[in-house]
Amino acid sequence: MSKFISTALIGFITIILLAAPAQADERYNPVKDKMTIAECGACHMAFQPQMLPSKSWKKIIGGLSDHFGEDASLADKSVAHLMGYHVDNAADSKWWGGKFMRGLSDSSAPLRITETPYWVREHNEEVPQWAWNDPKVKSKANCAACHPRATKGDYDDD
Amino acid sequence: MKKAPLLFCAIAALSLTIPEMAQAKYVQAQLLASYKPTAELKAFSADRGRELFQSTFSGGKPDTPSCTTCHTADPHKQGITRAGKAISPMALSKTPDRYRDVKKVEKWFRRNCKSVLGRICTDQEKGDFLTFMLGQ
Repeated sequence: MSKFISTALIGFITIILLAAPAQADERYNPVKDKMTIAECGACHMAFQPQMLPSKSWKKIIGGLSDHFGEDASLADKSVAHLMGYHVDNAADSKWWGGKFMRGLSDSSAPLRITETPYWVREHNEEVPQWAWNDPKVKSKANCAACHPRATKGDYDDD
Repeated sequence: MKKAPLLFCAIAALSLTIPEMAQAKYVQAQLLASYKPTAELKAFSADRGRELFQSTFSGGKPDTPSCTTCHTADPHKQGITRAGKAISPMALSKTPDRYRDVKKVEKWFRRNCKSVLGRICTDQEKGDFLTFMLGQ
């Protein structure tokens, strides 16, 4: 019986230790879907789907022919695949809710990650205007300009 | 004896690269052949391709009046998208793995012609453009 308890204890501690790095502040699952990396990543960083609710992804991926003023249209089959991946991994896809759902009402569907209350809170006070104006940054969509490991889902560098 | 593996490697590498390069050339020739020049012009021209690449248009999206908006005026240089991501140079000599996938080339012509010119490009325009870039 004591052996059982010690085994259980070791197991429990292992689980906690393994889970700890995942609890580090700003870590997200890196994008593993090949089509997402190739198609979305051709023009901008392939943003992690956890950064917007599924309602947002439905609007964005459903309207690629006018994607922020750009024609980003794709074949229907590709659109269906991208939609599935993004909706399955969206900020509201898990019961515990994602950070990016904070401050968002159930009905809201922002089209930009930079419009979510969570993103705004994390950047507004911390990042001065001159940093945004740096020509190397060019756009708020260029996460990797300041977060060099952004594509790996690691934004823990601020 | 010691040189044998090296020689073997060299031959192996050559036998891999030569058909690969030949295949790329073949695919690029096929790609070009899939476009038809108009009856008046009869052929493609690198000069017309350059002009198309460097011209400013008013029919497309206001953010992208020219190919050079994102690709820069020099096809040998790296470009940058509006979202801040680097675009590898358009010149074939700088980016040898370009212009190998017909579907990919067609996808970008479709999207970018609409963004820049506000319409799809003609076969003549695509052929001129490719002739210019393949020779750069």
